Amino acid sequence: MTAQANNQAESLVQIRDLYKKFNISGDFLDQLKFKGGKIVREQEFVHAINGVDLDIKKCEALCVVGESGCGKSTVARTVMGLLTPSQGSISYRGERIDDLDDKALLPYRKKMQMIFQNPYASLNPRMTIAQTLEEPVRLHNPDWTQQQVRDKVHEVMFSVGIDPSWGERFAHEFSGGQRQRISIARALAVDPEFIVADEPISALDVSIQAQVLNLLMDAQEKRNLTYLFITHDLSVVEHFGTRVAVMYLGSLCELAPTKTLFDKPRHPYTQALLSAIPRLEDDRPPHIKLQGEVPTPVNLPSGCVFHGRCPYANERCKSEIPKLITTDEGGQVACHGVEEGRL
Amino acid sequence: MALLEVRNLEVSFGLRSGAVKALRNINFTLDRGERLGLVGESGAGKSVLGFSILNLIAKPGRITGGEILFEGQNLASMSDRDLRSIRGNRISMIFQDPMMTLNPVLTIGQQMVECLMAHRKISRDNARTIAVQKLKQVQIPSPETRIDQYPHELSGGMRQRVVIAIGLLMDPDIIIADEPTTALDVTIQAEIMELMVELCERNNVALILITHDLGVVSQVTQKAIVMYAGRVIEQGPTREIINDAQHPYTQGLMNALPQMAIPGQRLNQIRGSMPGLQKIPTGCAFNPRCDYVMDICHHQLPGYTASGNCQVACHMVAEMKKSAQASEEV
Repeated sequence: MTAQANNQAESLVQIRDLYKKFNISGDFLDQLKFKGGKIVREQEFVHAINGVDLDIKKCEALCVVGESGCGKSTVARTVMGLLTPSQGSISYRGERIDDLDDKALLPYRKKMQMIFQNPYASLNPRMTIAQTLEEPVRLHNPDWTQQQVRDKVHEVMFSVGIDPSWGERFAHEFSGGQRQRISIARALAVDPEFIVADEPISALDVSIQAQVLNLLMDAQEKRNLTYLFITHDLSVVEHFGTRVAVMYLGSLCELAPTKTLFDKPRHPYTQALLSAIPRLEDDRPPHIKLQGEVPTPVNLPSGCVFHGRCPYANERCKSEIPKLITTDEGGQVACHGVEEGRL
Repeated sequence: MALLEVRNLEVSFGLRSGAVKALRNINFTLDRGERLGLVGESGAGKSVLGFSILNLIAKPGRITGGEILFEGQNLASMSDRDLRSIRGNRISMIFQDPMMTLNPVLTIGQQMVECLMAHRKISRDNARTIAVQKLKQVQIPSPETRIDQYPHELSGGMRQRVVIAIGLLMDPDIIIADEPTTALDVTIQAEIMELMVELCERNNVALILITHDLGVVSQVTQKAIVMYAGRVIEQGPTREIINDAQHPYTQGLMNALPQMAIPGQRLNQIRGSMPGLQKIPTGCAFNPRCDYVMDICHHQLPGYTASGNCQVACHMVAEMKKSAQASEEV
């Protein structure tokens, strides 16, 4: 078997040429504009994702990082089927899932679960913890007896460190860290293979972040989980991720194994991003300043989306969109400079 | 004399269920041009401390004891009228969310001019000139046009720059910044922090930086105070605390950071979570979570022990120092 075929066999989720745009022009009457003596209909779109290709391999933790508005959460939601892609496809174990209806998706939903950022918003305040956890188990295993469902819920509560006897309590009786544990328990309750975690620890304190990260890593080890981990916190990525995908303005800039990316970032944006992490050490290189700010995703820049802020940009960067190329270190990077050997 | 000296400060919130002490026995000093970091998790009391320096705590909270000496004047017992000449003038404050701080229906210029004219006898035109200057100082491009824009026309980073410019308007002696970069992205955060350090150094302004991010404290401040459940548990020079933390909680916080662990290995977590202020355990508040807990920790509040240039509130550190001294004498 060739290396490439082997690669494909291993990947659990495949994202191919994904585009997602959101219409922000309001309803029909809002779209009508008076221009040059004529009434014309104009529509505006936010281009949240522009041609992303990603393979998520079995049992890895693929981290997607980037600044706010770069489209990382949109990728997560599109993979989960919470948003429909404007273009492109998403496959799970080789089966295309983005065009399935709700009923056909049900078996996949059991295998793919999601953990959200804010545990204050993602738990129903009017349900007890036991009800919250029993609901997905019952939905996905309709032939289970009441006792089986309860046993399962006890097991997951125990495994995330929540006392099973607290099942009759409501979400507001728990602290933020405990609520996030409950959200994780809810995801684990249906024995998924693949978990999408969208900023699961951003709302938590440092000491609690460590507890939740440890819990996620333990769960991965015990249950052979695959993670798609969305975060803006690069030091978490360095610790947690198998591979890292860096996004900027809806495009993938760099994709590499974690160690490679942190030791030798190739894309100018990745370099700037890494240099901005607040570190404890005293003697660190000064951070690379970027000019200007992230452009709006409504009017995307031509060519490389990063060219307006890149210190190495040339004419080609302004006109031609760079493609992902494989580097010697085993990573992939979308940059003309790297391709031409300038960087 | 220190620029600011806080002595035995106590703040309580009178609730229906009884008074809750949010701050207990806080002592520290701040010199001119010094940068101090207040670190702790949510609920530790770091923001309450920041607000109480300006006597800005809302009811039912109030300062129940101690003194806040700013150039010798006690801010804790000062009338509102006198405080008004200090708030925003000699001591200014920067908050976490710039969209909440700025008035959305006034242009940036109107807000800046209003602030200048409230504190100084100055014409509108002169005030505007100063405002433009300050916007230039915080590196806002084309300040002459930006000044007539509304807050919603600016990005998050720009807005926080404007807030900093307003904080600097009156050339204050102290800036209190409460999580000024928490709402921003890392690259913007790095830029804003760099800018604040530079401006503080250039104008010899003292900075009190309230944050939960030890990385930021490490890079920005010279002195640090670590708080837990309303008390200072460790304070001293930042580098000493970062490199050689003495209190088990500070050590735990540091070790819980992913950058301190070997990638792929479990992080060192502190078990449990911070107690609510109504349920603070007797003795040392950290005792239920501490790995080195001793008998004495359950019933006696630890006093401060000097360790190097740091002050640490921990029975274990006190005993270690005592036994080290005893062995020296032998």
